Amino acid sequence: MNIPVESYFILSTLLFFIGVYGFVARKNLISILMSVELILNAANINFVVANRFIFPEQLEGHIYSLFVIAIAAAETAVAISIIINVYRQKKNIDAKSINELKY
Amino acid sequence: MEQLASLAPYVLILPLCMFLILGLFGKKMCPKVSGILGTTVFGIVSVLCYYIAFKYFFSGDYQIGDTFQKVTLFNMEWLRMNQNLVISIGFLLDPLSAIMLIVISTVSLMVHIYSMGYMHGEGGFQRFYAILSLFSFAMLGLVVATNIFQMYIFWELVGVSSFLLISFYYFKHSAVRAAKKAFIVTRFADMFFLIGILILSYYTKTFDFGPLTQVTDGHVEIVNSTMSGVTLLGFPIISIAVFLIFLGGAGKSAMFPLHIWLPDAMEGPTPASALIHAATMVVAGVYLVARLFPIYSFEAPHVLEIIAYIGAFTSIFAAVIACAQTDIKRVLAFSTISQIAYMMVALGVSGYGGVDGLGYTASMWHLFTHAMFKALLFMAAGAIIHAVHSNEMDAMGNLRKKLPITHITFLIACLAIAGIPPFSGFFSKDEILVAAFETNKWVFAVEYFVAGLTAFYMFRLYYRIFWFGEPENGYEHEPHEAPLNMTFPLMFLAAVTVITGISWAFGKFSFTEFISSDYSSYEIHTHWNIALPSIGAGLVGILIATFLYLEKTGRPNKAVSYIKKPYIWAYNKFYIDEIYLYVTNNIIFQRICQPIAWFDRHIIDGFMNLLSWVTNKTSEETKEVQSGYVQQYAWVFIMGVITIVLLSINL
Repeated sequence: MNIPVESYFILSTLLFFIGVYGFVARKNLISILMSVELILNAANINFVVANRFIFPEQLEGHIYSLFVIAIAAAETAVAISIIINVYRQKKNIDAKSINELKY
Repeated sequence: MEQLASLAPYVLILPLCMFLILGLFGKKMCPKVSGILGTTVFGIVSVLCYYIAFKYFFSGDYQIGDTFQKVTLFNMEWLRMNQNLVISIGFLLDPLSAIMLIVISTVSLMVHIYSMGYMHGEGGFQRFYAILSLFSFAMLGLVVATNIFQMYIFWELVGVSSFLLISFYYFKHSAVRAAKKAFIVTRFADMFFLIGILILSYYTKTFDFGPLTQVTDGHVEIVNSTMSGVTLLGFPIISIAVFLIFLGGAGKSAMFPLHIWLPDAMEGPTPASALIHAATMVVAGVYLVARLFPIYSFEAPHVLEIIAYIGAFTSIFAAVIACAQTDIKRVLAFSTISQIAYMMVALGVSGYGGVDGLGYTASMWHLFTHAMFKALLFMAAGAIIHAVHSNEMDAMGNLRKKLPITHITFLIACLAIAGIPPFSGFFSKDEILVAAFETNKWVFAVEYFVAGLTAFYMFRLYYRIFWFGEPENGYEHEPHEAPLNMTFPLMFLAAVTVITGISWAFGKFSFTEFISSDYSSYEIHTHWNIALPSIGAGLVGILIATFLYLEKTGRPNKAVSYIKKPYIWAYNKFYIDEIYLYVTNNIIFQRICQPIAWFDRHIIDGFMNLLSWVTNKTSEETKEVQSGYVQQYAWVFIMGVITIVLLSINL
């Protein structure tokens, strides 16, 4: 089975813009966080695909995607804790309700 | 010379230190201590002044032949603006400043002593002494100025201390008004003084009195070489410069029409009036003209003539008003204006050198005697006010038994100012009349009439206070003589008035030996053809006053009914104050200042307000961008990135 490289990039691009759309459009902070994960995964796919098609005998792309996954996990932990604190303050996790830094 | 030079700085430093000490720490002292401290230190200053003047006149070290030399005891650079413009502070000793040192230290010391009694128990006693010290410092600095700019600096300082003393009772609305009026009027005149100084020094490139009064071959060389031929608006520039300088002097010396501040200045405490507004500060204008006399005499003789006419008009004008006033301090104030104008007249009719300079000598001599007897009159008035608690004549009368010392000293001063021999005023006034007679008959006629008028209003004052009958409503309480520290200055100044007069009469002492326009002594004789009629005029004035005011009769009212209109005019000071008010309120404020204020508020401020309004509105409208919503920022960011990407693709 031979999948052309364009298909991978179309997938990752779709994934990225779904993530961007989710980041901008969703109200729930958890959903926004999930959208961020989607964006990161789109980047991961690109890393792996590039590694696979351009330098098949090397592993940097794979290692980078592993890094990204690890850091995304840590970032998610921090973000979740922030969201919990927001919930304690506001009794909801609506992104519209966090606008203390306005003018 | 070295000895005097080492003493001279203390004449200025000691009063200044006293001002700082009493001003800063006065509140911590008990009033009596501060009074004694101030008086003692000023006593030392007086002794220094006497010593310096005595050494200068009698040691012979400062004379070549019979001409006194100008000596600069010290002169230090104070401000150097550039090569030419240097302002120094120094100590110039010549007959003029030596005489002024004597006058100022004597009167000021007497006022220091007198105030211990008069101001006793007043709030701000220490403040009073502090300002007295400041004034003494400023006045001494003024008369010993080595250059015209030092004179100007101290000139403003005496103005400030005068302002502070007039507003001494700052809780009284009228005192504050009077202080403001005095300050604004004199400051207005000082502006002309400054312009005059600047014009003069712009051409001559010096402030120093040395070159400015150096006469060679009938010219003041430095002025003549740099300024002759230069004209402005058709007038010689030198005349304009010295006339502007004279205007500064006219403001301080209350010449018409800048005299309006002096009568109101009587709101201050009486000792301050005696010192500042009778004896010393108000003669600063005369001193100024005398100081620059060679320039006036040689380079601007027409200005000198104008000075004589202004002086003559002021003297008769003020004397007429003095006849109708009922507040005793105001009578004395107008009398002061009239007498200072007398001195101005004497300078105005004077020539330079020898007997021609008789007017100059007479002017300084009159300054000296007038300072003594007018300070005496004011202090006696203070003692009377102290006794009856009112300034009005109607609250007085028949006080001669109750205030015997005040009565005798007041009478001596009245006789002196009325020009009755052998009191000092007779001689100085006589010399002024002689000088006027030889130069300008019109001025002489006016001054001759004023001499009679002076005698009349002074004796009107005298009789109303000490004779005339007790006031209708009785005294506020039984009047009693003032304490010794108030009567001692009276007796001292009366003694000075009598002794100088008598020693002149017996030829023991001649003022012309000490002071003359070219500093060389010359001989004068009493001119009986003028002296006798002037005594006559004085006697007539006294007789009329005696006839009207010796006892309480209907005569004064009857006399007034013959001249009702002029009397009311004179009583209201010829409405000069009202004219000033009208001009300032209706013309200057309404016609000039209000349009300017409107322009400032609406055009200038309006433009600035428009700018701020535009800025404000713009930011109001655009602040919504900073919503605080993360998603909105992300949206903007993404759109931005996409735009840039699209643009770069197109490129």
